[in-house]
Amino acid sequence: MANTRLLQLEAKTTIVDASKRLGMPRRDFLQFCATLAAGLGLPPGAEAAVAEAVASKKRPSVIWLHFQECTGCTESLLRAEHPTLERLILDVISLDYHETLFAAAGHQVEQARKTAMAANKGAYLLVVEGAIPTRDGGIYCKVGGQTAIELTRECAADAAAVIAIGSCASWGGMPSTAPNPTGSSGVADVLGKPVVTIPGCPPNPYNFLATVVHFLTFAALPPLDELGRPKFAYSRLIHENCERRAHFDAGRFAMQFGDEGHRKGYCLYKLGCKGPETYANCPTALFGDAGAGTWPVGCGHPCIGCTEQGVGFSKPIHMLSKVKNAEPPQQYPRIVEEQGVGATLGSASLLAAVAGAAAGAGAMVARNLGLSHQAAEAERARAAREKTEV
Amino acid sequence: MSTQQHARPAPVGGSLLNATTLVCGVLIAVMATIILVRLIFGLGATTNLNDGYSWGAWVVVDVFIGSALACGGFSVALLVYIFNKGQYHPLVRPALLGSLFGYTLAGAAITFDLGRWWNFWHIFWPGYFNVNSVMFEVAACIMLYIIVMWIEFSPVFLEKLGLHEAHRKLSKLLFFFIALGIVLPMMHQASLGTMLVVMGGQVNPLWQTPMQPLIYLLSAIILGYGVVLFESCVAASAYRRQVEISMLNPMARVMLGIMGFYLLVRFADLIARGVLGQAFQPTFIALSFWIENACFIAPFLLIRSVEARRNPARLFLAGVAVMLGGILLRLNGFLIAFDTGPGWTYFPSVPELLVTIGIFAAEVLGYIVITRRFPVLPREEAYAQPTHS
Repeated sequence: MANTRLLQLEAKTTIVDASKRLGMPRRDFLQFCATLAAGLGLPPGAEAAVAEAVASKKRPSVIWLHFQECTGCTESLLRAEHPTLERLILDVISLDYHETLFAAAGHQVEQARKTAMAANKGAYLLVVEGAIPTRDGGIYCKVGGQTAIELTRECAADAAAVIAIGSCASWGGMPSTAPNPTGSSGVADVLGKPVVTIPGCPPNPYNFLATVVHFLTFAALPPLDELGRPKFAYSRLIHENCERRAHFDAGRFAMQFGDEGHRKGYCLYKLGCKGPETYANCPTALFGDAGAGTWPVGCGHPCIGCTEQGVGFSKPIHMLSKVKNAEPPQQYPRIVEEQGVGATLGSASLLAAVAGAAAGAGAMVARNLGLSHQAAEAERARAAREKTEV
Repeated sequence: MSTQQHARPAPVGGSLLNATTLVCGVLIAVMATIILVRLIFGLGATTNLNDGYSWGAWVVVDVFIGSALACGGFSVALLVYIFNKGQYHPLVRPALLGSLFGYTLAGAAITFDLGRWWNFWHIFWPGYFNVNSVMFEVAACIMLYIIVMWIEFSPVFLEKLGLHEAHRKLSKLLFFFIALGIVLPMMHQASLGTMLVVMGGQVNPLWQTPMQPLIYLLSAIILGYGVVLFESCVAASAYRRQVEISMLNPMARVMLGIMGFYLLVRFADLIARGVLGQAFQPTFIALSFWIENACFIAPFLLIRSVEARRNPARLFLAGVAVMLGGILLRLNGFLIAFDTGPGWTYFPSVPELLVTIGIFAAEVLGYIVITRRFPVLPREEAYAQPTHS
């Protein structure tokens, strides 16, 4: 990371070439690199390293496997616009095997995969999209005669890194929902070791891309949480950055779809929004490059928690979520605080009765003590008088 | 200074079942029921406490006043052991008994006033100590003093149970606990005054002064002697015994001396701070101030001379007056003249009053049971005079 000044890169030929190759103005290309670096949470100066890496590094070979899935992850990547990501994908990485995008088919494409794996042994990225069926020896998903399990193990053996894209590859996702007839599992379970996971249904394409670019720039994966999710994208609850959060805090909720609160954009928590228990950057990264509000909650639908194992596809959409960061209290302080009641008839009379009884008892004790003292004094005086008489 | 030259203490004897103990038992049962309700349903369900008055009858009466009235043991020990007036030794045990119950019940009462009472054990756990808090000073001191007092009082039980060897061993160490038993109450009785100081402007100027720790300490010592006068006269009256005039007479004189100093400090402070004028305004608070101080002045009229102090009725009334004065000093500071702003009011609820009454009933019942069954009061024969034999 020699250069830390992004603007100094403007005149460099590699940058000029790269922007031409990607079909975008040079400024836009640098802006894109700066956005990626910022999205990754990198320190100032890193954007120059990202730009240089994207422009000049050898494109990493990528093997992309598809199993039990809907291809939504690939589709969302193809619909990205900054720049047209299919161009970036094809240009920044060397996509050597991808069943959806390849023109070739059959044994030809399988051969391409094997050739690329041999040529980039230990250096290619393996991306897995879709869950892997494990029941009955994994026979429910086969490509070219090989089961998904065999393919995954074979490709992962010599990969520099394994990325599970989408919720299905991350932990099984929708196909693994009970009763899970095919025994769908995530990549980590099948390989028996942790992998990078980019959960979501579909995941935000920039989360995937930023992870790849980080790998390209620094030859290392970004910091991950305990579930293998990149921290730059999955360290915050949706609830924390939600644009409707102020309504939650103020207690303004949509109670049913289409009611007044829903039309006014109130919090969707009571409609079953899973934002309070789902970690993802949806409210800040948004979707589809279409501007503000373009994400599920922004459009008026509660978050279904698709990035969170145990929430997405398993909790019903209408079910109330568990608020993870700020549990609402059981009781709120009263708005009008009671200022106390004065003496009641009961308490005043009880106090008066006790005081009266104490005073009476005290008077009686004093009187008795006085009387016995008088008697004693009289006795003493009589004794003294008798003494003098004697 | 050994007890040998005095009449040895002996159990009073007699039945434990009489009208007084039965009434006490009923009051204690009522208290226990209310406390159960409080522990389950909270302070709001039983008390009239609010955000303006977070300390009500249970804290001010049961703890502040209860512990001050329980200073008899400390005051007499101060006289006997520090000023070496051995002739008062027979008064130590009965006074200590009153203190024992007063403090133990004050410690229990504070638990019921804690919002989260299940955390009460934090005061025993060093990790939870906030050593900068005056509340911690008071709480820790009172807890220690309760333990020290039970040790000080334990010879009574050891004698009764015939554990002479243990008694002999304890006697060698007892001086240490007696010393602690004088230092600890001096510390926390003064700190109770500090609590009033930290309440700041909510306390009426007639009671809000940096001298309050000294005032509280002096009044606690005076109260101790006042309670001994009261308790000796009541015990004599109830058990039909002779009043220990020979000891109470000079002790009352000591009390008058300290009380003179107390009044000097109290009024010098008021004049020095220039707030005495407020005591002459036509307000209910000014009236309460004068009743409080009249109670401290009254004993000078009641038991001024040696002759007057020979009359147990006068000693009794003087003791009652001093107790009332000490009670009012605390009530005035913390409740009557305590103003947390417009709108806030407090008057104890019926359950609060019943608990406070129950606590005092528990003290009376405990005193009766222990004096009737354990060697606390001096043996009667030593004082028996021909007229009473």
